Amino acid sequence: MDFGPYLMLATLEGAVTAAVLALTASGLALVFGVMRVVNVAHGEFFMLGAVLAWWVTNMLGGSAAFGFAVALIVVPVLVGFLAVVTDMTVLKRINYDPERTIVATIGILYIFQQVTLMTYGPDARPVVPPFNTRLALPWIEFVDGEISLYWPWGLSITSYKLAVIGAAALVLVGLWVLMTRSKLGLLMRATEQDRDMALAFGIPVERVYALVFGLGAAMAALAAVLIVPIQQAHYLMGHDPLLLSFIVVIIGGLGSFPGTILAALLIGLSDGVISVFFSPTLAKILATLLVALVLVFRPQGLFGARDT
Amino acid sequence: MTADMRKSLLLHGGVLLGLLALQYVLPAYHHGNLARVMVLASYAMGYNLLFGYTGLLSLGHALFFAAGLYGTGLAISQFGVSAGVALAVGVLFGTLVGIVIGALALRTEGVAFMIVTLMFAQAGYLTILYFGQYTRGDEGFVIALADRNISGWDLSDPSVRYFAAFIVFSAALLMCLTVVKSRFGKVLIAIRENEERARMLGYNVDRFKLAAIGLSASLAALSGAAYGVLFGYVGASFASVQYSILPLLWVLLGGAGTVLGPLVGTLFMFYLIDLSSGITTAYMLIAGVVLVFLTLFAPQGLMGELRRRAIRWLP
Amino acid sequence: MTKSKAVPVTGTQPTRRDALKTLALGGGAAAAMPLWARYAGAQTSEPIKVGFQVHRTGIGAAYGRWYDRTTSAAAALINEQGGINGRPLKIVAEDDGTDPKRGAEVVEKFATQHNCDIGFGTLFSHVVIGSAPRAGELKLPYFVVSEGHHVASGMLNRYTLQPGITDVKSQVQAMAPFVADNLGKKVTMIFPDFAFGHDHRDYFTAAIEAQGGEVLEHIAIPPTETSFTKYFPKIPRDTEVIYHVMVGPAVLTFVKELGEFFGPQRPEMFGFIDSLEAVDIGSPGLEFLDGTYFWEGNPRYAQEDQSEYDAFFRERVGVDANGASVSDPKDVSTYAHMFGCWETLHVVKAGMESAGYRGPQDRAALIEAVEAMTDMPHSNAHPQGAKIFNGKTHQVFGHQYITKVVDGKLLLVHTTSIEDTFYPDEADYTTQAL
Repeated sequence: MDFGPYLMLATLEGAVTAAVLALTASGLALVFGVMRVVNVAHGEFFMLGAVLAWWVTNMLGGSAAFGFAVALIVVPVLVGFLAVVTDMTVLKRINYDPERTIVATIGILYIFQQVTLMTYGPDARPVVPPFNTRLALPWIEFVDGEISLYWPWGLSITSYKLAVIGAAALVLVGLWVLMTRSKLGLLMRATEQDRDMALAFGIPVERVYALVFGLGAAMAALAAVLIVPIQQAHYLMGHDPLLLSFIVVIIGGLGSFPGTILAALLIGLSDGVISVFFSPTLAKILATLLVALVLVFRPQGLFGARDT
Repeated sequence: MTADMRKSLLLHGGVLLGLLALQYVLPAYHHGNLARVMVLASYAMGYNLLFGYTGLLSLGHALFFAAGLYGTGLAISQFGVSAGVALAVGVLFGTLVGIVIGALALRTEGVAFMIVTLMFAQAGYLTILYFGQYTRGDEGFVIALADRNISGWDLSDPSVRYFAAFIVFSAALLMCLTVVKSRFGKVLIAIRENEERARMLGYNVDRFKLAAIGLSASLAALSGAAYGVLFGYVGASFASVQYSILPLLWVLLGGAGTVLGPLVGTLFMFYLIDLSSGITTAYMLIAGVVLVFLTLFAPQGLMGELRRRAIRWLP
Repeated sequence: MTKSKAVPVTGTQPTRRDALKTLALGGGAAAAMPLWARYAGAQTSEPIKVGFQVHRTGIGAAYGRWYDRTTSAAAALINEQGGINGRPLKIVAEDDGTDPKRGAEVVEKFATQHNCDIGFGTLFSHVVIGSAPRAGELKLPYFVVSEGHHVASGMLNRYTLQPGITDVKSQVQAMAPFVADNLGKKVTMIFPDFAFGHDHRDYFTAAIEAQGGEVLEHIAIPPTETSFTKYFPKIPRDTEVIYHVMVGPAVLTFVKELGEFFGPQRPEMFGFIDSLEAVDIGSPGLEFLDGTYFWEGNPRYAQEDQSEYDAFFRERVGVDANGASVSDPKDVSTYAHMFGCWETLHVVKAGMESAGYRGPQDRAALIEAVEAMTDMPHSNAHPQGAKIFNGKTHQVFGHQYITKVVDGKLLLVHTTSIEDTFYPDEADYTTQAL
């Protein structure tokens, strides 16, 4: 494939990755920003989202679009609820101590993973996309000094992948409105800025925490429902989204919402584009080192303000 | 203070003697297990120096363990050096990797430090796969039986293996005890408790931290190198994230910032998995539940709780 | 030490074709011929314990479940027919988490805790390689069902054998003539960037060149990858055949995205069924596979000329004509690999009976008895097909199947000869001490 169309294809694929990553990572960023804890089980909420989406669509039967629409609403709520329960039974009791939270969430990670293995099994199972048309894409070329369009071999995307990008953007705008315009967002931001002060002003901090934890998990689950018609639900699938979300949250400046979105775009797109230039595994090594070095030389993240 | 020193000497001497004596009474299966646990506990002790005493949480220690493992394994398989020399190569290589990564990663702190070490380890893991021609990638390779002896001692023999593992463990234990009791160790603890204050007292905090990473990595590499020659296998799974998280778990279980905690944690976790896998296939579920309960009810880990409740002088 | 020097083929030639025919007993024959009579009133009726190293958790779990079912079915059959030397067979299963470290521990547990007679059943290569040194040191006969080239390459030891499934090197090179003759000579290979993929890369590239073909491009996919489209533009335009092999939970995405990439104008495709093992060919998004070809270790769909042995095997394991569980048609088996467990257990039985195996003191004799085997005729004990065992390299050789997707089913189009799969010996384990 020529360079131009190749780059466009890689960019489009990168955009899908970025969209899903932005959703997952903003959930993690929300939790980290408001509660100042690292949730290692975040990837498992993602995995649960995918697995539950399979359950729901499979149980309902009927048309693919209907089952998927139901899953899109029901699954994030279920996962969010589970996260709230986790928060109230475990995290609250250890007082959100940063180190103990890490250990506890590692434990929770294993629990979710194993319960899924025991009930759902070890298979990777597909969910039928509600719609999926292959769209061949045109590219520009100059023939005898005139611009003309042609359809390069292999340059295409599916309508569903485009919809994923659109849906992710919509949800992120919604989240941003929630955080900046609603009373709930105000409570969250107040808690984020000064927990003790918020408590003194009568904000039910514990309830805000539980809610934030649930919302963060629901974001991961929603991302998973969107991706599961492209990938498959598997009980070990939470690992990569967790790693990538971590990277995104840190590069984005630890809890900064716009920073997280920008970082997700950067990481998602570069994942696609770097693969154009290097052999795949070498590309992964370079991308990984690049992220590490960015953090080493800009520890506050690319988009975070240096807080002193 | 001196009385505490004496008690501590007695305790650790007793533990070492006990481990030495156990090899004559243990049935074959547990004999082999304990040898493995001693090697891995050395890894955990190295981790504890950094995490428990200096307060730096790394998620990339598998890189140092793997550097020791591959340094030794490749020295034997590619360059044909003897096991003793290869062991030294592995430890040196691991320490070097530790110092280089440490120098970079120490520019960050907190969560960023965790992630940077994680990323470097991930890059290391992929590098092993990338050079599959020499490393056989994920499959790994076997160190031939004939190459696994040091000055005539056949390391695949159960008693020799046990004794070798014991030597590795004792070296790690003595090193930890010495460090913890030394002025150097006290500065590390001071850094953990309050880095700013340590800095104001005039200590070059960065240099101390780097030394701690170097020491920690050298123990991890020693453990990895010993694992290779004692058990005959070199593989990429030892460089994966899981093997960075394991020492963290062992240390937290046993008690961060206690000298014996890593041994207790490693032993506890090993038998937890071994026994529960006999009851249910989902033994990691049990491990998960235990972890959650530990954080809820024994946040200091087993030895840490012991120190808090009973033996206050425990180092 | 990456490659050993080629040694002329010796042990694989069917020279002792008849001498040891009695070893390879079919299921029915075994019942008719009570070998244990030689040990009339055998000192013990204690079971023979087979330590079964199974991937119940971790990345190999989907395979492990079917290895488990096949092993149980084979053990039940052997016990119905009177066991081994008059003693029942008992399977002692331990999960290894698909992890080489735990694998080695499990092997130790078999040898020293459970007092198993043999270790058996490991699939994933890294677990085999991690566990085999310990099996050798503990002198525990270790029968793997992994299809890796590790056994025949000479990397392992005298106590490790692979008598029930062919290795990747022989599988891959036997495909080249068919691909070159029927599909095309300009090939692009897509494979995972780790040892298993590299074996495909090296052996197939050499084999297709020997057929006058060439590999235009090698596309190695990083093992952690979950989306693949971005790699496909590297496929050269003049590719006639895509050769694909992928493993892990992302296989379905891989195949689907391959289809979406090409749309209506795809080249010929040849894949290893590993890309879709345990996956329903009828899964959404796989329609484009119609008309493509697959290597199968054992055809998943019951063919028109299905052998009675295959029918027997299916029935005993509980697999329907479509290769899925009889109790759940959505539960697709790992049919191309799992027969290896069945056949290996039958080899163990034949070996133990020929060695007059009584207990762990006869482990060396068991190894020698298996090493002495050559022909394994197509039978209930070997439902996948006839095989020839090479006692020097501890590796078995057998027929390979190529199927074509027609209307959502895999139809057999070519069966290779056993000779197609031979290559010069790379090792001689019999020179090692027992």
